[in-house]
Amino acid sequence: MSTQPATVPSKAVGAAEATGSAAVRKSFSSPLGSVFVIAVTVLWTIPTFGLLATSLRPKQAVAASGWWEIFVHPQLILSNYHTVLFDGGFGVSAGMMPFLVNSLAISIPATIFPLVLAAMAAYALAWVRFRGSDTVFFIIFALQVVPLQMALIPLLQLFSGGAHLGGLTIIPAFDLHGTYVPVWLAHTMFALPLATFLLHNFISQLPRDLMEAAVVDGASHFKIFRSIVLPLCTPALASFAIFEFLWVWNDLLVALTFAGGTPEVAPMTVRLAQLSGSFGGRWEVLTAGAFLSLIVPLIVFFSLQRYFVRGLLAGSVKG
Amino acid sequence: MIQKPRPNRPRRQLLAVPAVLVLALAAACSNSSGKSTADATPTTTLSGDCAKYQPYAGHSGTKVTMYASILSPESDSLEKSWSEFSSCTGIKISYEGSNDFESQLQVRVTGGNAPDFAIIPQPGLLAQMVKTGKVVKPPAATVANEDKWNPVWKGYGSVNGTFYAAPMSANMKSLVWYSPKYFKQAGYQVPTTWADLMTLSDRIAKAGGGSKPWCGGIGSGTATGWPATDWLEEAVLGTYGGDVYDQWVSHQVKFSDPKIISAMQTVAGWMQNPAWVNGGIGDVKSIATTTFQDAGAPILTNKCWMLQQASFYQAQWAKGTKIGPDGDIFAFHLPAVNPAIPNPVEGGGEFLAAFSDRPEVQAVQNYLSSADWASSRVKVSTGWVSANQAVDKSLYTDPIDKLSADALTDPTATFRFDASDMMPAAIGAGQEWKSLTAWFAEGQAIPKVAADIDAAWPQ
Repeated sequence: MSTQPATVPSKAVGAAEATGSAAVRKSFSSPLGSVFVIAVTVLWTIPTFGLLATSLRPKQAVAASGWWEIFVHPQLILSNYHTVLFDGGFGVSAGMMPFLVNSLAISIPATIFPLVLAAMAAYALAWVRFRGSDTVFFIIFALQVVPLQMALIPLLQLFSGGAHLGGLTIIPAFDLHGTYVPVWLAHTMFALPLATFLLHNFISQLPRDLMEAAVVDGASHFKIFRSIVLPLCTPALASFAIFEFLWVWNDLLVALTFAGGTPEVAPMTVRLAQLSGSFGGRWEVLTAGAFLSLIVPLIVFFSLQRYFVRGLLAGSVKG
Repeated sequence: MIQKPRPNRPRRQLLAVPAVLVLALAAACSNSSGKSTADATPTTTLSGDCAKYQPYAGHSGTKVTMYASILSPESDSLEKSWSEFSSCTGIKISYEGSNDFESQLQVRVTGGNAPDFAIIPQPGLLAQMVKTGKVVKPPAATVANEDKWNPVWKGYGSVNGTFYAAPMSANMKSLVWYSPKYFKQAGYQVPTTWADLMTLSDRIAKAGGGSKPWCGGIGSGTATGWPATDWLEEAVLGTYGGDVYDQWVSHQVKFSDPKIISAMQTVAGWMQNPAWVNGGIGDVKSIATTTFQDAGAPILTNKCWMLQQASFYQAQWAKGTKIGPDGDIFAFHLPAVNPAIPNPVEGGGEFLAAFSDRPEVQAVQNYLSSADWASSRVKVSTGWVSANQAVDKSLYTDPIDKLSADALTDPTATFRFDASDMMPAAIGAGQEWKSLTAWFAEGQAIPKVAADIDAAWPQ
């Protein structure tokens, strides 16, 4: 990543972009720049490599010495991965696999829901004129500062007990315990402020002429949204999808609170936290599990990364 | 300002998409919540191997949830111990272990999402849970099973005099690990009094040869410091007995009380004696930086002679280590500092609190408080002890389990629960850990350590 010129925060926007990125590219192709970039990349990779090395060493070796001993006493095994993938425990016979499925079942909807809702909200706030739209946008923007942890218990009470005002039931108590739904809803709620903000900045920058032409041709808001806005903001959508997917995939707190650790609904992170054992001594299994959980985010990242840089820069730097 | 377009009929169609989403959500939730609500048939008769579960019959097809801090592989043994009960009675026990148990339990209970059962290892946490009003009193059969325990246990499962949670397992903390092999080679005897223990330590220290009598480690991640609280508790209990210990737990006797200060001096003369520690590891300060798991390893290489650590330390010895009275490693009961105190035993344990009074929940609660279940758990694997006096001691196959069970069920013993587990969490899982760690790591003065802990006691 660090070798890509566009990741460097550059003041060059619009007309100046071409010359700016050319200058950055030039400075990175100098020998000194290359050495620097390679050094940073190596440094950045060392902890991940340590994780990999630890996951391949036997239990006694992990307990006795650091992972760098692998160069002096190379003793590599795959049994840690076998333990993680296939050995039972917690009433599960198939090791990590059910948790992997749960992780996907949580992450994919919890990425799509906020994306759909936020894209529509962002369009409405940017292009539909109604009273107080700026105020609504400001409130949504301000919601980003509310820490997620503050909402955990109230939200859990809402899911399990519903909401009542005096004797009046405003929201009934849905029996959602043991399903994915509370996790989806929680992640969607927590993601919406940032998603709406980012997408609003992107969508409001789309050329006004396009919208006007569409209105003249008789297009409705929904038509404009579907045929013009969505295709044009694909980079922003993709970059936010990566963000949100990685966040949900790596989340432990929300999953622990709303899904619980039963094998029916718990994601991989919950299983990973359990892997180290009651006394936290099973590093060799924990590292192997952690390495396995890296695979899916890597696939998502590499398949969507060409949108990543373009989308984020376009959304964040308002011209 | 950008002039915004104003198309004809915006609202209705925009609303269509969220409506589809809501429908999808509703469909998904109705699919995945497949809770069975089978009718209870109290007339079921169980026969054959299942006949002994007759008192718990009549709840086939039900499910109870259990939440605890015990993780695999220990939790696997637990699940195995009630698998026969489950298949005979048809009550499924859905077990969930988490190492964020202490904080998550409070979130779930206050969030209205309490599990049916929680296995709570600290009486202090139990009291907090009872305060929420969500803990349900146990049925009569569970209370009756309580008679098989040393009465002090019932007290630890009670809050303000009301009994709430039956104890499940027990562990013994007053153990000293040593190597019978090296003791025999050197001609040392296992000490039976505190004075003998001190004389032996001195003798080992004077003999030199690159080894020291004691080793220790109090590192344990975010819980660093807890082994040091055990040392202090042993000293308090062994010097003054149960009454002062209880008053200390309730803060009637403060840390800065001369009695507790004197107990800290006993610990300082023992585990902070530069000539005695830290065998095979380093100086006194290295106790703070060594993890409790690694602390005993030098005993195997004869760099260190003794380690004070609980019965569950057994799991930390390397594979192939022979544990037993004539093996590589064994343990003896830490003698009382004051010989007048009869057989002090410090221990820990877990309590089963119920958050529901559904009939199947009460059936499970009754079963798990019985000696039948305890025996079943003992048979599954070693490393687990019950203080239930009705459990047949011949079931224990492991010498350490046997030693612990003997001490824990001894009616003459002065049994007391780990004090730091009963003090408020701000002390027992907070300031006491921090201050005792600073005591070892920085060599802080005893009065300052005591004053710091007292100052943090919640009003």
